[in-house]
Amino acid sequence: MGAHQSWAYTENVKDHFMNPRNVLKDDAYEEDGRGLVGNVQCGDEMLVLIKVDPATDTITECKWRTYGCASAIASTSVMSELVTGMPLDEAFKVGPKQIAGALGQLPDHKIHCSVLGDKALRAAINDYYTRKGRPDKVIREEARIICKCMNVTDHEVEEAVLEGARTLLELQEKTKMSTVCGKCKDEAETLLKVYLKKHFG
Amino acid sequence: MVIRDVYLDHNATTPLHPAVVRTLTESMACFGNPSSMHAFGREAHALVEQARETVASFIGALPEEIIFVGSGSEGNNTVLSTLGCQSQHCSCDRDHKSHMVTSAIEHPCILETSKCLQNRGFRATRLGVDRYGKIDLDELRASITEDTGVVSVMMANNEIGTVQDIAGISRIVHEKGSLFHTDAVQAFGKIPINVNDLGIDFLTVSAHKVYGPKGVGALYARRSVPFCPFIHGGHQERGRRAGTENTLGIVGFGKAVEMRALEMADEHARLTRLKLALRQGIEERIPDVFFNGHPTDSLAGTLNVSFAGAEGESILLYLDLEGIAVSTGSACASGSLDPSHVLLATGIPVEHAHGSIRMSLGRGNTLEDVEYVLEKLPPIIAKIREMSTVYKRR
Repeated sequence: MGAHQSWAYTENVKDHFMNPRNVLKDDAYEEDGRGLVGNVQCGDEMLVLIKVDPATDTITECKWRTYGCASAIASTSVMSELVTGMPLDEAFKVGPKQIAGALGQLPDHKIHCSVLGDKALRAAINDYYTRKGRPDKVIREEARIICKCMNVTDHEVEEAVLEGARTLLELQEKTKMSTVCGKCKDEAETLLKVYLKKHFG
Repeated sequence: MVIRDVYLDHNATTPLHPAVVRTLTESMACFGNPSSMHAFGREAHALVEQARETVASFIGALPEEIIFVGSGSEGNNTVLSTLGCQSQHCSCDRDHKSHMVTSAIEHPCILETSKCLQNRGFRATRLGVDRYGKIDLDELRASITEDTGVVSVMMANNEIGTVQDIAGISRIVHEKGSLFHTDAVQAFGKIPINVNDLGIDFLTVSAHKVYGPKGVGALYARRSVPFCPFIHGGHQERGRRAGTENTLGIVGFGKAVEMRALEMADEHARLTRLKLALRQGIEERIPDVFFNGHPTDSLAGTLNVSFAGAEGESILLYLDLEGIAVSTGSACASGSLDPSHVLLATGIPVEHAHGSIRMSLGRGNTLEDVEYVLEKLPPIIAKIREMSTVYKRR
């Protein structure tokens, strides 16, 4: 009865989901930078293509395609609007919090859906600089191993937090970190606090 | 076309049958405790016992073999926990066996309970299934040892609708000297069940899947087999399930089963036709679709389909905006990161599991509903595929 009258997401998410902006339609689109992250096996994959004004290093167009849920579609759509007209240096710093903010609100367990969008954007920006022969501008996100026993990196800790880990126990369940020798427990707790503050603080 | 409400999620739950609504309304004033000896209690007791007889006769059981419980999950937990009973003083009086067998496509209330038992030192074998969701009878035979206390295999699967060869399974279980439980929550009221013909020792059913109220189910426990209560501390249900009976729920359940007995056969034929129309329509109008589950040994109303290059939660929500209610095996909708364990067990590609939709038809659905879905679904899939990284890969 009238399920269509209510919606689990905000009106803004619904709007971007129903009318996604800047979807890549043209297969022959000639972009200046391209980023593809995620994979279908995990249920999310995003492609971001940007056109850049070389005089100002500003994004003039951001096109995308995504395989994913409503949050993923809405996040990528809103991100494409957010970064159009934005200098590359600024766009590189756009994160899940900013995207979720632009959407109004995403349910906590859906925050991770918005992560791939900005990852794909950063990959596209790096690709742009690589193509332009400006490797000094490329910023690689080097992962750092926190748990040596289970080979878990800081990136994986961040992802676990975005996927809902709120306590050390939940972090251990999701990543298996700090479950062998236990030496990284303190650092795991610190990182947990850092990422919780970064994304939900 | 005007937006309409098309409910295609009957495997999740069903609306109350109008006859159940009437019975519930009439019985609402009956508040007595069925355990009380006075007139108020006797009135309630009579209603509960009448419902018990209705449920029992519907599956060929004796009334005293029916235990009313709070849900299908409780019924399933009760049976598996009998295996876990270590008490020397319990009336279950069983020879303490430490192994159980189940399948990989069971409902979580079986799978999680089996894992819980493993954590307590018991052993559990989870049988795999073929691409249609059927277990292998030879593998079943090989898995049962002298130490196997119970074998639990669901009668029909909630996600793909596949119906197991229950008579074949129970024969093997009994030949090997174990007991057989089947979670019949999805099969009950949709296909005929006779516990004696099928050789079932324990069977679990739920009222809200058959147009009855939520919060009530029944467990069939064969009179001759050991039984251990899950909830202790009361003489209700012959000491097998403590707690004051959910009188109103049980009354509604009884009426729902009474209506099933009248309507099941006709509805089966009708839903079979509707599902065929839905399946054929999807095949004709949408390319790159894959149907999951068994082509013939399947529940009449359950259709599970995967769309290449389209993610399930997106499909579900776009359909929801058109008033169509379905469910999905995609990870995104489940709140976890893994897609349906049932679909993965059938060996389909992970992306097909992410892109799966389950449509479960029921007594309220019409051919107009099917036509409405066939009108709305193709443009939705096309729209999702158009923005998909997968379907039109660069």
